[in-house]
Amino acid sequence: MMAFEFLTVYWRDMLRFFRFRALLFASLVQPALWLALYGAAMSSNFSRFASVLPVPEGSVSVSYLTFLGAGVIALTTLFTSLFGGISLLFDKNWGLLREVFASPMPRSHIIVGIGLSGVTKSIIQVLVIMGFGLLIGVKFFGGYTLLHTILSTFGILIFVGVFSLGFLFLSSAISLSMETPEGLQGVITLLTLPLFFASNALYPIDAFPPVVREASLLNPLTYLINGVRYFAIGSDFYAVGYHYTYMPINVIQSFLALAAFALLMFLVAWRIFKKAVVT
Amino acid sequence: MPENIIEVNNLDHSYGDFQAVDDVCFSVKEGEIFSFLGPNGAGKSTVINILITLLPLQHGSVRIAGFDLATQPELVRKSIGIVFQDETLDRDLTVWETLEFHGRIYSLPRRERRERIEEMIRLVELEDKRDVRTRNLSGGMKRRLEITRGLMTRPRILFLDEPTIGLDTQTRMRLWEYIKKVNDSGTTIFLTTHYMDEADQVSNWIDIIDHGKVIAAGTPSKLKDDLGQDMIYLETSNDEASLKLLRELEVVKKANRSTKGLVITITTDGPHCLPIIMEALKDQGISLVSVNLKKPTLDDVFVHYTGRDIRESGAEKLKQIHTRREK
Repeated sequence: MMAFEFLTVYWRDMLRFFRFRALLFASLVQPALWLALYGAAMSSNFSRFASVLPVPEGSVSVSYLTFLGAGVIALTTLFTSLFGGISLLFDKNWGLLREVFASPMPRSHIIVGIGLSGVTKSIIQVLVIMGFGLLIGVKFFGGYTLLHTILSTFGILIFVGVFSLGFLFLSSAISLSMETPEGLQGVITLLTLPLFFASNALYPIDAFPPVVREASLLNPLTYLINGVRYFAIGSDFYAVGYHYTYMPINVIQSFLALAAFALLMFLVAWRIFKKAVVT
Repeated sequence: MPENIIEVNNLDHSYGDFQAVDDVCFSVKEGEIFSFLGPNGAGKSTVINILITLLPLQHGSVRIAGFDLATQPELVRKSIGIVFQDETLDRDLTVWETLEFHGRIYSLPRRERRERIEEMIRLVELEDKRDVRTRNLSGGMKRRLEITRGLMTRPRILFLDEPTIGLDTQTRMRLWEYIKKVNDSGTTIFLTTHYMDEADQVSNWIDIIDHGKVIAAGTPSKLKDDLGQDMIYLETSNDEASLKLLRELEVVKKANRSTKGLVITITTDGPHCLPIIMEALKDQGISLVSVNLKKPTLDDVFVHYTGRDIRESGAEKLKQIHTRREK
């Protein structure tokens, strides 16, 4: 018989998400602010450089804001997911995890439940960012038919979901191993910075030293951004002076890389949960 | 005779070099209220955490409700309900949601679950608080909710780890009414508490643990009887001299200072001992300020076995008792 107890963990986490209005509000407004403030400020700079570079006949050139839109989706998903497991640390410190760990529910259900609720939160955020982005001039889905737009949105959400799962599992594993929220904060910040800078979320990394470019191939953020740009902008475009082309095979490879990352992180989390002692 | 619903044999547990539980054996009979008493740091919590599957079983054997803890932890979990020592409520869930969550992680089917939630809320009279978040409940209400949560899966054994700690007398009395009701309906209760009067009143059997060993076991009345018939409390003009004198008397089993004056345990009954003691003191020119004769309480039993100070070594008393209770 299939067991669905993980839906209980999901239910509780979502209940809390919608119950804390301030947190809900902040989590939706923060990425929009990123796009509005950083995007508006950098957009004029990058557009000035890009305008002097020639764009070949027949190729599409996209604005920096459109280029950044995909990056903000990716970064928001990264942050939200990395902090998605923090509730476990609080549950542990408040003693709530004892009720769950002493119950007949297998511990893997906690990981899956937290993963699913984190994915739901990320999807809500991404839809808000895309809606807001379209309002302030992000040119996603340019020239797409309605069906193409809907399918592309699904494509983006699937990439976001799988990426998010990987980091939620990682976050759950770290949260359960840590003693204090301060420690967790430190570890997550340490993780975030290299991921953030060795990615093409905010700028092209093609001109970076080879080491950084090699490193970016190990960065799940790179694969998420590939997927999002492919679905939102297209397979062939110019942005910030660089020519981007995505073959379907690249997109499939990116998806598989993210899926492998998620699976690996699940196994890590599972191992830590199985061995964890909470008293 | 009822079956043993919990059987613990040769249980050891250590944290690094520190042996927290040392070769502990005990058993609990089905349907009884069993009290597991001991000072802070005696190893009580370690034993409970092993029994409720939160700590791994390092050495020894444990059977709970007929299941082997080492090989069938899932079945043990389904058979027990737990009220933890510290609060384990999600402050942002309501009373109803707290019970719904618990019922779901124990896989109670929806209809049964909803019925039981209503039944449980009625049992502890929280009908008005159904949609109130637990952060807004009083201490007593929280405890009632936790007890009812432990019960909603109809466990065969309910573990109550200091259920009445920090609550006022009225609330404690109310809680005991609920707990007795639950026990009357057949649920075995495994209790720890620091309130000896409570343990004395409700327990069918008591084990006292200290330094990781079971050092005394029996019914409350047997434990008190073992201590001697009566206890005499004296205040004298010279406690120091009296103590020395008293310890030499044949009828005195043990004489010690208490918070106020002296406390004496005696070998025979009080009414016959008292004149002998008074005579002896008078002969030495010591006058009496006050005299009190009392039956030993469970507090006296506890202090007798675990020492008077907050952490007296009392090593000579630590002879492990292996309680073998007939089936």
